[in-house]
Amino acid sequence: MTALSSNSGATEAEAEVVLSLQGVHKRFGDLEVLKGIDLTVRSREVVCLIGSSGSGKSTLLRTCNLLEPIGAGTIELLGHDLGHERIDPDAVRRHIGMVFQSYNLFPHLSVLDNVTLAPRRVLKRSKAAAEQEATELLARIGLAEKAADFPDRLSGGQQQRVAIVRALAMGPSILLLDEITSALDPELVAEVLGLVEELAQQGMTMVLATHEMGFAREVADTVCFLEEGRIIESGPPAKIFEDPDDPATRRFLQRIIEAGRL
Amino acid sequence: MPPTSAGALIDRDEPPISLYSSSRPRLRGRAGTIASTVSTIVVIGLIIALLASPSAAAFRKGFLDVHQMWIAFKGDPQKGILSVGKGFLLNLWLSIVCEIIVLILALGIAALRMTRGPVLMPFRGVAIAYTDFGRGVPVILVMLWIGFGVPSLNIPGISTQSPVAYAGFVLVFSYTAYVSEVYRAGILSVPTNQVQAARSLGLSAGTTLRRVVLPQAIRNVLPALLNDFASLQKDTAIVSTLGVAEAVHAAQIAGGVEFNYSGFTIASLLFLAVTVPLTRYTDRIMAKDRNRRLAGNGGAGAATSSP
Repeated sequence: MTALSSNSGATEAEAEVVLSLQGVHKRFGDLEVLKGIDLTVRSREVVCLIGSSGSGKSTLLRTCNLLEPIGAGTIELLGHDLGHERIDPDAVRRHIGMVFQSYNLFPHLSVLDNVTLAPRRVLKRSKAAAEQEATELLARIGLAEKAADFPDRLSGGQQQRVAIVRALAMGPSILLLDEITSALDPELVAEVLGLVEELAQQGMTMVLATHEMGFAREVADTVCFLEEGRIIESGPPAKIFEDPDDPATRRFLQRIIEAGRL
Repeated sequence: MPPTSAGALIDRDEPPISLYSSSRPRLRGRAGTIASTVSTIVVIGLIIALLASPSAAAFRKGFLDVHQMWIAFKGDPQKGILSVGKGFLLNLWLSIVCEIIVLILALGIAALRMTRGPVLMPFRGVAIAYTDFGRGVPVILVMLWIGFGVPSLNIPGISTQSPVAYAGFVLVFSYTAYVSEVYRAGILSVPTNQVQAARSLGLSAGTTLRRVVLPQAIRNVLPALLNDFASLQKDTAIVSTLGVAEAVHAAQIAGGVEFNYSGFTIASLLFLAVTVPLTRYTDRIMAKDRNRRLAGNGGAGAATSSP
């Protein structure tokens, strides 16, 4: 059985830091979306960002792969300061996989071409090599027979799993997952979360923005609660979900429980 | 129960509703077939009656004379009548050559207008001024301007070109402006999250444009591009103002020599023979595209909508 991710094993105790943010600020015009974010993500760690819509989760993820420029602070990927003037954003993004809420598969390309596009055009893999790798990955998620289909023939859950495989095909050091189940029909959520869980077990380093509290509790090593552009509280899921210190975290969880979502 | 109790969110005292249309139902099945047959016969009968009436005799002789159409079509060198048929080949050739050049140049202009960054700022300005000018000034005006103006300037190598070359230049000049705007609309129609997905995979801006944006953009505006091509094909007739021996010019000569305008009719039929199939084809592509969009499942909609 091929592993979906090729993360090889640093030990839990002193795993290397993959991503680190210090004092990250971001504003859109008058609106300050991130007000000083500090976050460290170590190799093989799964970090879940929770918080209501507009708390800055998505923006935080998008600053990490330079889709959004930051106002102040530093972001480091594997020890490299991404604010350095000679940083090539395309090179940075090669090492960071990103999956979006709305899948964003390329509708004019087959499933296979969706997965091979970046390995071929960016990593300059041969067509044959890229396609073989892609086919293996698709087989691993049970979608090998969909390789020749176009995305609009696939269910939302299948599309989102292809989007994850498309990101994995680049062999990223870290995956950023931005509310990847929020646009799915309820019955399709499980297949996507199942894949993410499998990746977690195989040691993929991930940061997820999610509204799936049950999933976060189960899979996360660290849960960060965001409110109004700040990380209010972070810690292991048992601590955050069972016994949060901050009243804001408690209020948020109370609302989630009232809505029957935890 | 009171009409609206204080604090209630729903008013249960609704007025009676009607779900029926007051107009007569549309004819269907056999009745519909008979109705359409009768109305078709009536319309065709009216047209025939009009054309066959004594007062339409002059019209028939002047515009619909088959013998005159044939003379104009094949030309008559002894009378100095140019062939409309041969002339039309020039229209066709000119439209195809121009269309190819237009499709390439317009893509460049559109891409230029989509760029950002300070270095290209003046070029963007020139591109905007050009598209405004090219779309805003009538083709025939540009044709007269270039076709008669440039030869009078006596610029070596430029003022001595054939009228066909000037005509081709003018058609390319005007239509590139239109088509670049069509391309631009197509590029803008591709959702930004497609670009973000591509860039997130490490694709450069150029590769993203070539591999992700343009294929979707062109598919979105294919009907508009075909439309403009039909239009360009028609506008090759304006070349006649420069005295080029194309279909319209030939028909003009035949009309002057024979005092009969059936040559214009045959020229019109030749243009229709090209533009009608082209527009039907465009309609079919549009219908196919619409069906494809409608046939997509829920996932397809979600893939193109932004959160």
